Amino acid sequence: MAAVGLYNYWIVVFLMMAGFYIVIAHDNLVKKIVGLNIFQASVFVMYITFGKVQGGTAPIIADGVTTYSNPLPHVLILTAIVVGVATTALGLALVVRINEAYGTIEEDEIHDQDDDT
Amino acid sequence: MSLTVFGILRIRNLFAVVMLGSIFSLMAAAIFVILDAVDVAFTEASVGAGISTVLALGTIALTTDREKKPSHTKILPLIVVILTGAALIYGTLDLAHYGDPNAPAHRHVAPSYLKEGPEKTGIPNVVTSVLASYRGYDTLGEVTVIFTAGVGVILLLGNWRHIGRRREDEDA
Amino acid sequence: MHSYLVLRVVAKLLMPFIMLFGLYVQFHGDFGPGGGFQAGVIFAAGFILYALIFGLKDAGKVLPRGILRFGIALGVLLFAGVGVYDMLVGGKYLDYSVMAQDPVHGQHLGILLVELGVGITVTSVMVMVFFTFARHRQTKGDD
Repeated sequence: MAAVGLYNYWIVVFLMMAGFYIVIAHDNLVKKIVGLNIFQASVFVMYITFGKVQGGTAPIIADGVTTYSNPLPHVLILTAIVVGVATTALGLALVVRINEAYGTIEEDEIHDQDDDT
Repeated sequence: MSLTVFGILRIRNLFAVVMLGSIFSLMAAAIFVILDAVDVAFTEASVGAGISTVLALGTIALTTDREKKPSHTKILPLIVVILTGAALIYGTLDLAHYGDPNAPAHRHVAPSYLKEGPEKTGIPNVVTSVLASYRGYDTLGEVTVIFTAGVGVILLLGNWRHIGRRREDEDA
Repeated sequence: MHSYLVLRVVAKLLMPFIMLFGLYVQFHGDFGPGGGFQAGVIFAAGFILYALIFGLKDAGKVLPRGILRFGIALGVLLFAGVGVYDMLVGGKYLDYSVMAQDPVHGQHLGILLVELGVGITVTSVMVMVFFTFARHRQTKGDD
């Protein structure tokens, strides 16, 4: 029973660690941002999992339905997704500017150039 | 979903990575529908699979679509990740089980939102009433963050020099 | 651009429905799934589709840069303005109950206006970000 009850969390942990690994192990800045997005998505899944109630339906009040899932995590994640894409756009814009300034989006090459000057 | 992430991990062609990211978002949206979060699934599908993919492709077009082979060893990050993951798995053992109606998260303010929300606001969609009314301050903050991010992107990539030059031409 | 005839026709057919769906999601968000954030991204996706297929120039005619810049600020101002209005008519900041004769109507009106503000800002920011990225490439090509 424990394995079934916690299965979602383990998927979340796996996704989170995969995103984390991409961020720390790869030098390419675009890939780092994709990794951050995966990390972010894992947190979304975790919150929505918290909100689920067994036998409940979507939190839109209707006749004849008594159990609803918790609406609070939905609200938080709803705003977080849109804010996430806005900040991702900002990050990508920074990557474009870095590419213009250094001619590369690989982190170690940027460090090398900084050391040279 | 995990398979897609593994693909993202391995593939060095950034175009394929971004496309896999889009598929990943779509699957996340499907999971949100299963978990009763229709509003969230809606947003994730249009944002993740639509807008962020287009933006990432735009960035790739402006830079390069090839990732170079990493120069340093990958063993240290792998160890760090496995250790952190093990600690997190250990943490999940104490969490409330999936779908448990008695979980602490469902006993705090959520019942009052579900009960009073429709009565006080006349709106059946509790997500909307909580978003705009109970948590109005939060949402105002979020909108401000989006506003700021938008302004930041415009400042970074907005070709201000170009516009200034054109104005000078018009004046002359 | 004339070679993509199928894409152009399909996109032209789809555009009204995307916009209609966006409006539905925006204003029906009280009763079904939807709201300002979702409607905002749907609108933005529609405009981005238009820009991808018909080119930036035509899309710029539909939504000029000035209007977008105005919209980014307008949405936030609408949201904050509702709060200020509530204070002026005697309530607390963002307390919609005082906006109409009875609290339930006031809440409803307040939520509608606030969601509208959210929708405007989200649409404008997303479209603006896309245009900025795309224009950046064009001008870089000129240099």
